[in-house]
Amino acid sequence: MNERISRLRQLSFDAEPSISTERAEILTRFYRENEGKHSVPVLRALSFRELCAKKTLYIGENELIVGERGPAPKVVPTFPELTCHTVEDLETLHGREQTRYTIEPGATEVYERDIIPYWRGRSMRDRVFSHVPQEWKDAYEAGVFTEFMEQRAPGHTALDGEIYRVGMLDFQGRIRERLSRLDYLTDPDATRKSEQLHAMEIACEALILFAERHATLAEEMAASEADPGRRQELQEIAVVCKWVPAHAPRTFREAIQMYWFVHLGTITELNGWDAMNPGHLDQHLEPFFQRDLATGVVDREGAKELLQCLWIKFNNHPAPPKVGVTAKESGTYNDFTNINLGGLTAEGDDGVGELSYLLLEVVDEIHLLQPQANVQISRDTPDRFLHEACKLIRKGYGYPSVFNTDAVVAEQVRAGKSLSDAREGGNSGCIETGAFGKEAFLLTGYLNVPKIFEVTLNAGVDPASGKRIGPDTGDPRTFETFDELYDAFRRQLSFFVDVKVEVNQYIESMFARYFPAPCLSVVIADCIENARDYYDAGPRYNTTYIQCCGIGTITDSLSAIREHVFGSGRISMERMLASIARDFEDDEPTRQLLLNKTPKFGNDDDRADDLMQRVYESLFEVIDGRPNTKGGRYHLNMLSTTCHVYFGTRVGATPDGRRACLPISDGTSPSHGADRAGPTAVCKSLGKMDQIKSGGTLLNQRFLPHVMEGDAGIEKLASLIRGYFRMGGHHIQFNVVDTGTLRAAQERPEDYRDLLVRVAGYSDYFVDMGVDLQEEVIARTAQDTF
Amino acid sequence: MPTGLIFDIKRYSVHDGPGIRTTVFFKGCPLKCWWCHNPESRDSHPLLYHDAAKCLGCHDCVPACPEGAVTATPQGSLTDADLCCGHGACAAACPTEARQLIGRRYSVDELMTEIEKDRVFFEESGGGVTFSGGEPLLQWEFLLEVLRACGERGIHRTVDTTGVAAAAVLLDVASETDLFLYDIKTMDPEVHLETTGAPVRPILNNLHRLLAAGARVRVRIPLIPGVSDGANIDLTGRFLKHLPGIEGVNLLPYHSPAQAKHQKFDLPWRLPDDVSMSSGEVDAMANRMREYGLSVTVGG
Repeated sequence: MNERISRLRQLSFDAEPSISTERAEILTRFYRENEGKHSVPVLRALSFRELCAKKTLYIGENELIVGERGPAPKVVPTFPELTCHTVEDLETLHGREQTRYTIEPGATEVYERDIIPYWRGRSMRDRVFSHVPQEWKDAYEAGVFTEFMEQRAPGHTALDGEIYRVGMLDFQGRIRERLSRLDYLTDPDATRKSEQLHAMEIACEALILFAERHATLAEEMAASEADPGRRQELQEIAVVCKWVPAHAPRTFREAIQMYWFVHLGTITELNGWDAMNPGHLDQHLEPFFQRDLATGVVDREGAKELLQCLWIKFNNHPAPPKVGVTAKESGTYNDFTNINLGGLTAEGDDGVGELSYLLLEVVDEIHLLQPQANVQISRDTPDRFLHEACKLIRKGYGYPSVFNTDAVVAEQVRAGKSLSDAREGGNSGCIETGAFGKEAFLLTGYLNVPKIFEVTLNAGVDPASGKRIGPDTGDPRTFETFDELYDAFRRQLSFFVDVKVEVNQYIESMFARYFPAPCLSVVIADCIENARDYYDAGPRYNTTYIQCCGIGTITDSLSAIREHVFGSGRISMERMLASIARDFEDDEPTRQLLLNKTPKFGNDDDRADDLMQRVYESLFEVIDGRPNTKGGRYHLNMLSTTCHVYFGTRVGATPDGRRACLPISDGTSPSHGADRAGPTAVCKSLGKMDQIKSGGTLLNQRFLPHVMEGDAGIEKLASLIRGYFRMGGHHIQFNVVDTGTLRAAQERPEDYRDLLVRVAGYSDYFVDMGVDLQEEVIARTAQDTF
Repeated sequence: MPTGLIFDIKRYSVHDGPGIRTTVFFKGCPLKCWWCHNPESRDSHPLLYHDAAKCLGCHDCVPACPEGAVTATPQGSLTDADLCCGHGACAAACPTEARQLIGRRYSVDELMTEIEKDRVFFEESGGGVTFSGGEPLLQWEFLLEVLRACGERGIHRTVDTTGVAAAAVLLDVASETDLFLYDIKTMDPEVHLETTGAPVRPILNNLHRLLAAGARVRVRIPLIPGVSDGANIDLTGRFLKHLPGIEGVNLLPYHSPAQAKHQKFDLPWRLPDDVSMSSGEVDAMANRMREYGLSVTVGG
């Protein structure tokens, strides 16, 4: 790492995340003056242009790649049109100990005086909550599911290679050409389409304007710069910003700056989940890299420096703070950009290039919170690349995570995408599968499957509140067979998914109608041709995901009841229900029996794994294939991010011996401590899940460092991954850290400020995490074999 | 069909031979090494282990025992060793792991089912199965059956042995084994006898026989201060140098909590409390041994 990068990195690491009201102020002023004058898409596009024209620019010392969403690194704007913070929210964010966002003096006054009065009742969140039916509220409050779209705009998107071939002026040309083909005589939607297309055209113009402002600023700074070296750099920045994003990039450097402007555009117009993602960055940049190397425009070190500048830019952008926050649901600064390395080309060839290796070096040297990186491993991927990735994993940053490209492709082909689009796709956010640059694949919320089982055991009543929230599916004490119990669970599951989907459909339509994303729509395939927005069936593919949590907990709970209640009869249903209702108080023998003498998921034991398959199949049947509002379909996804901690707090003791309020199992991982037969057994159990039918699964493995020692340790880790992928595994990620280190970090956080651990589909600073999440990571089984 | 007494099966074993392996631990051992990691494996019969610290006093074990060997006391359950026949019904009934049966009988088919579970990982890594112990050759009839079954199914077979066995048995096993991990603790006859309870000479003779029969062998030396370090490194180096066909030597730094395990099973601990060596010391020994032209690896 050279001195420039080291300084930029330190600045980014040290900067405290804070909130800026600038965006809220510009936007609110614009809305007050213009609401009602334009169609919704054009109003959104004009407000975006206003932001690009007025926001404070930032070109920092040493920077080569420029542009910030806020007025400075790690200063985060708010999005009151979607979710308007209350004064109390702002104070909570400012005052809390973990994942704190400081607020500048006067910010709360601005909110109280200007922002809140305008948006209260108008913001998307307020409108959604004023609509939802009682049964949705009851289930939501009970912790049966969460709703993504009430906090941030739907997102999880990633780009393909189009922006490296086409500039904004070219996109505008396409838009005008499409406008010229609108047929008002026969197409009743022509007017609506025209408004959408005009909005996109304005968005292109806004992004060019934004870049030109940077060019002007760089020129001004150059004029007063004393240091001739820096003056030269500023002049180069100006040249680059005059060319991209208006035109397609010509050089490696322009390609990086091109992406960064598009990235900033999409995260400025809305606060879509998981920010934005360049997708297969190595494949997109490789041709520029090779060309510039050949012509001497850049050398390997220079290319690395530019990539490192980009990396630091991602880290400068913490996630927009949530509202109504308790820091429980997702207490992280991470905004989940997850860059894909390796994989396949559209033609099915190995996608690993020289730049893939260079990017692994960048990931290693920078190792900041953001961006995350993953490696895409297919049968065609060379072992050398996998081994290099494993060496990085061994360093214990928690990344790169590892994906099975062949499975990711198969999942997409099953969901109806073309083979080449599927190969150009990959994974964004944590583990979500999508066709990059061609799909809106939206997560809509987590489903608390163990909670649904708890409600089943209580015949439709939530034991925490005593309120009936589901149908009466019968008193389990009257059930004569395990199948009767399972059928009752299946009916509850179906009921709650119906409740959730009904509101999902409403919110999706609201976004389509009131919060189009014209800037994003420009760069996602087919939005221009369809003359429809990203949120309104514009993209080539439109998928809605529901993320199912707690497969380990539900499997083990069912297994415990099958084994001890309906099998051996050692525990009556009466006693089981009484015991869990009291959180096993005065009944430790029962809890120990459930913990130790129950076949559990994650041990390659068919007696438990067949129940996992049954639950998974039920989730699939209940979710997969439902139509969404955009001509696309629902698919299931097996991700919990950190929601298993929150969900755990809403579920009493469970029949697997888990105590009340502890986290439920994470992702598709086994329950904490339930897997006792080593990592191959975990992989075998997971291999029995037909993961190709999902839109992603997540497997956490924690290894003690010595297991990965030496070249042999790397080879064996690589073989473990290859073996898992041969069985259709979608994803695996590793924490390589011992419990002693984690405990020491809890005691002396100041000494472990940069200890990164894998949480869900992302890594986080251990000392930034809430204690409950810290404990959850420590409770994960540590694989330690000799 | 013979059955085998197995006390553990460990998957994703990464230090017991090439690739990812499943290690099958045979119960029963002719040696009594002071540093033994698995002292519970010495006896050739199942062992009922009772961990009083984990006993909840629920007494579910009392009615479970068909021999009436378990009685309830206010301090927890007690087992009458004379009546216990070690079939483990009390351990099955025990909700915690206070009662564990160490050692379980497997038929060849049952064991093959366990071994087959990680086939995909064997194939990806060039791994296979390792038979360890205890001393697997003590149960040589069963071992031979299992080795043949693995051979028929194309599973790579490693045998980790003390070398204490009748020569004919060893050679029979060698005909069905792809790789031996052959332990030599120390070359010093007196130290060997004292710390393992057995003479070293037959072990060294058996190594000659194995190599003469064309077996692939890696020699493993646990690094125990005062036993296998110091002059023993040179003695071992000199001995191995003249043996053609040794594929390599593994020096195994001693780092495991064997002392705690001895206490757990009420066995005396005869070594000093701290038996660890620095990585510098270990590397120095490895280099010294390399001077004898041997391919030396630190660790499994």
